[in-house]
Amino acid sequence: MRAAVIVFPGSNCDRDIAVAIEQVTGRKPVMVWHRDSALPDGTDFIALPGGFSYGDYLRSGAMAARSPIMGAVSGAAERGVPVAGICNGFQVLTEAGLLPGALMRNAGLSFVCRPVSLKVENSQSLFTSAYDSGEEVHFPVAHHDGNYQADEATLDRLEGEGRVAFRYLEEVNGSARRIAGILNDAGNVLGLMPHPERAVEPAHGCTDGRRLFEGLLETVS
Amino acid sequence: MKARVFITLKPGVLDPQGKAIHHALDGLGFSGVRDVRAGKMIELDLADGTSDGEIEDMCRKLLANTVIENFRIERLEATA
Repeated sequence: MRAAVIVFPGSNCDRDIAVAIEQVTGRKPVMVWHRDSALPDGTDFIALPGGFSYGDYLRSGAMAARSPIMGAVSGAAERGVPVAGICNGFQVLTEAGLLPGALMRNAGLSFVCRPVSLKVENSQSLFTSAYDSGEEVHFPVAHHDGNYQADEATLDRLEGEGRVAFRYLEEVNGSARRIAGILNDAGNVLGLMPHPERAVEPAHGCTDGRRLFEGLLETVS
Repeated sequence: MKARVFITLKPGVLDPQGKAIHHALDGLGFSGVRDVRAGKMIELDLADGTSDGEIEDMCRKLLANTVIENFRIERLEATA
């Protein structure tokens, strides 16, 4: 797998996701700076990491979504290249219009940082094929703006089309219908607030996140 | 030339910050507050001749997220 990790000023999970990708695929991803305007040839997976791009100024992910590299990311997404935005990466994808809805301030106003229980709602996607449908998994969350909101029609469409990939099994941040992660209509773009890359090796205390990368590797190669 | 852009959450969009402010006002004894919505104001210092269309473009492309927010532009008269 020829993965690319996009690095924005203020990204802080770029190294975590690079390590997770390398551990699972055996190949180091290319780190691509946000000011670049092209992705390496043959890129077959793009990760938008967590963090606090541009200090979350204006709105989380707003400025990063307008970076030069995002044109190339959008183009690749349109061609069907898998794109995963984790945490701040999810915020960037909604701000860029690659995923519907918006991520707002947590309902409790507090930064939430702990492992949470999630349900795999769709095990047929590029990203979730190594999970069982309905399976319970545990990933850590660490966010202030994870409260997923969209209008009712959009939420109904996401549910009806199987585009809710992961749902919280507990109250975390006030997200509509406890949505934790969604897919675009083509199924190749995933946005997810919890961090699977922080649950890949035994030292993390949980390895549930590893299969997201394993499943992706299998479907991509 | 200056302009101010007022960005507010669309009606119906949940506003946790507004709710917290409301709660705090209640706590201070201001019992007559029916609702609180928090927004932001951005002041732009612009080159003379910047058109309304350009400012609107700035709002749509960056300053507001039109999925959840409305914006209103107010031009300020140049001060001599």
